[in-house]
Amino acid sequence: MSGAIIEVEGLSKSFDGKFAVRNLSMSVRQGEIFGFLGPNGSGKTTSIRLLCGLLTPDAGQGRCLGFDIRRHAREIKRRVGYMTQGFSYYEDLSVRENLEFIASIYEVQNPHLVVQRALEQLGLTPRQKQLAGALSGGWKQRLALAACLLHEPKLLLLDEPTAGVDPQARREFWNEIHRLAAQGVTVLVSTHYMDEAERCHRLAYMTDGRLLAQGAPSELMAASGLVTWSVGGGHDRALEQRLRELPAVEDVVSFGTTLYVSGTDAAALETQLTAVNADRGLVYRRVSPRLEDVFVHLMRTAAEGHA
Amino acid sequence: MNRWLSWTRLVAVMRKEFIQMRRDRMSFALMVFVPVMQLVLFGYALNNDPRHLPTAIISGDATSVTRSLVAALQNSGYFKLTTPPASHAEASRLLELGRVQFVIDIPAGFTRQLMRGETPVLRVDVDAADPVAAGNAITTLLQLSQQVLKQERLAVPAASATVKPPFELRLHRRYNEEGVTAYNIVPGLMGVILTLTMVMMTALGVTRELERGTLENLLATPVLPHEVLMGKMAPYIIVGYIQVGVVLLGAEVLFQVPMAGSLGLLSFGVLAFIVANLTVGITFSSLARNMTQAMQMSFFFMLPSILLSGFMFPYRGMPEWAQWLGEVLPLTHFLRLVRGIVLKGSGAADVWPHVWPLLVFTGVVLALGVKRYRRTLD
Repeated sequence: MSGAIIEVEGLSKSFDGKFAVRNLSMSVRQGEIFGFLGPNGSGKTTSIRLLCGLLTPDAGQGRCLGFDIRRHAREIKRRVGYMTQGFSYYEDLSVRENLEFIASIYEVQNPHLVVQRALEQLGLTPRQKQLAGALSGGWKQRLALAACLLHEPKLLLLDEPTAGVDPQARREFWNEIHRLAAQGVTVLVSTHYMDEAERCHRLAYMTDGRLLAQGAPSELMAASGLVTWSVGGGHDRALEQRLRELPAVEDVVSFGTTLYVSGTDAAALETQLTAVNADRGLVYRRVSPRLEDVFVHLMRTAAEGHA
Repeated sequence: MNRWLSWTRLVAVMRKEFIQMRRDRMSFALMVFVPVMQLVLFGYALNNDPRHLPTAIISGDATSVTRSLVAALQNSGYFKLTTPPASHAEASRLLELGRVQFVIDIPAGFTRQLMRGETPVLRVDVDAADPVAAGNAITTLLQLSQQVLKQERLAVPAASATVKPPFELRLHRRYNEEGVTAYNIVPGLMGVILTLTMVMMTALGVTRELERGTLENLLATPVLPHEVLMGKMAPYIIVGYIQVGVVLLGAEVLFQVPMAGSLGLLSFGVLAFIVANLTVGITFSSLARNMTQAMQMSFFFMLPSILLSGFMFPYRGMPEWAQWLGEVLPLTHFLRLVRGIVLKGSGAADVWPHVWPLLVFTGVVLALGVKRYRRTLD
C-alpha cells in the first residue's frame, strides 16, 4: 500500500485551558520523510505525542498505521518507533542493557541477535558496556535511534532528534534516515534546522498550535508568493535600514556581505529596489527564496491574521 | 503470547530494576545496614501503662466473694472481661491467639477453702510477650485481691489474715517468661524496618522514571501497567528477605531472642507483609508527581504504622478509635504474626487470622495503584 500512514483530522489538545494543538489536520504518506517545523512551544511535541497515543486528543480523530489513535493506542505503540526529545533511556544501564531491555519490552524474536546487529549497524559495539549516562550527546542520539529501530517499526516519530548534536553527527544521522526511508520506513521528524527541513520530502509548519502550511519544500516556496533579491556590494547598516523601510520589503536578512530582501509584491519590490540603486553601485540578483524566509513570512502573516 | 501479561516483558522490567538497584550502591548498602542500626538503637525499650486488657475468667466457684473479686478487677480499669470461655483449653487458645491478655482461673471450692483457712490457689496466666503491656495490670491484680478479701472476710480475725496470705496467687507468665522487653521489640523491629525500606524505595520507583524522563519512553512502548509495577516490586522482595535475615541474626546474637516457631511459616508471613508494603510504595509512586511528594507520602504512612501498630506503644493501651485505625495498617497484623511465631511458636492455623488482612490490604491497594498508574502523559 502507498496510501496515508498518518491521517488525522481536527485534532485539538489543551492543557489547563491553554491550547497546545488546535484543529490539526495532516496526512503523511508511506515511505516519505515528513518534516515538522515551527518555533519552540508551537505544538510539535504535543502533535507527535497525540499521534502515538501518549496523549489523548480533546477533539478530532485520526488513524496512524491504519489504527484509530483514540481506541488502538496499544497497537500503534507496538508498531511505531518513537524517539523522545530529551534522552529517555536509562543512564544507569549500559548501552547493551538498554537495548536488551527495549528489545524484550517489544518482545522481539531472538533479542540477543537483534541487539548485536543494532550495535554493529550504528557503530555502538565498542561502547556496548559503557553506561548510557556517560555517553556524549551524539552517541546518546545513536543509542536512542538504535533502540527505537529494534522492533523494525514501519513508522518512526522523531522529536527533534538532532538538537545539540554536532554537524558531522547530524549529517550521518540524516543519511541513516534516508537509508531507512529508502527501505520503506515512513519518518516524521521535527526539527529547527533549515538544512534538515530541506532534506525532507514534505514539510508541515506549525506555530502557536496551528498548522500553517504543509507540502513539499518547492510547493511551500511557490505557495508563499515570496520573491527574494540578493543585494551585493557596499553593504552597511544604513543601507540595511533603508531597505527595511521600503514599503514592498517584508524582510531583510544579512548573510556575510550579502543582504537578502524579500517581499510578496514582485513588481513593487523591483521598482523600489531599483530606485535605491540609482545612487549606489549595488549588484542585484533575483534568487529563489530560502525556506527560512518562507517560514518567517508564514509566521508574520499568521500573526497579522490574528491581530 | 498472552494478551494481558507478557512474561518476556515482565522479566525485562525485573532485570532492568535489578541492574539499577545493583548500580545504586548507596541505597543498597543502606538497605542492608539500616536493620543493624535500628536493631541496636531501638533494642532498648519503650514504656506505657495500658488499661482495659482483655481478660477471660474461668470461675468454678460462684459466691459473693468471687463475685466481688471479679467486680473489683473490672472496676480497677485494668481488666476488661470477655465472655467466659467454656473450658481451660479454650481459654488457653484465646491466650495463644492474642485475643486475651489474662486468663484468671478461680478453682471450684475457692471460697470454701478460704473460709476454712486453707490456702486456695488463684491461677493467673498472662501473655507476657509484651511485658510492658502486662506489668502494671499484674501489680494491680495482686493488690486488689488482697483488698477484696479483707473486705469480704471482716468476720475473720484480723490477726489470722496478717499472719499468712489467705490464698496463693500463682502467676504464670507465658511466651516471655523472663519479661524481657527486647524479646518483644526485636521481632517487631523486623516489621518496622521492612515498612520503612519497602515503602520508601518503591515509592521512588515510578516517580524517578517520571522525573528523569524515562517514563515517556516506557509509556510509548507496549509494556502494560501491571507488568511495570510487578517488575519494580520483585527485586525488593529479595531485599526484604535479606533484611529479615539480618534482624533474625541480630536477634539471636545481640539479644538472644528465642525462636519458638517455624522459620518456614515466618518466611511465608514475611512474604505477605513485604508484598503489602511494596504495593503501598508503588501506589504512592503512581499518585505522586515527583520524588519529593513520594517521600512525603511514605512518611505519612510510616508514622501511624510505627505509632499505632503496637510497636511503639502497647496496642491495648490505645483508645478504641486508634485501635480501629491500627487494624487497617499492615504492620499491626504483621506484629501479631511475627510475635506469635517467634515468641509463642504459633502454627499455621493461628497465623492465618493475621495473614488474610494483609492479603486483603494488598489487593485493595494494588487495584488502586494499577488504576492510577499513568497510561498516557495527559
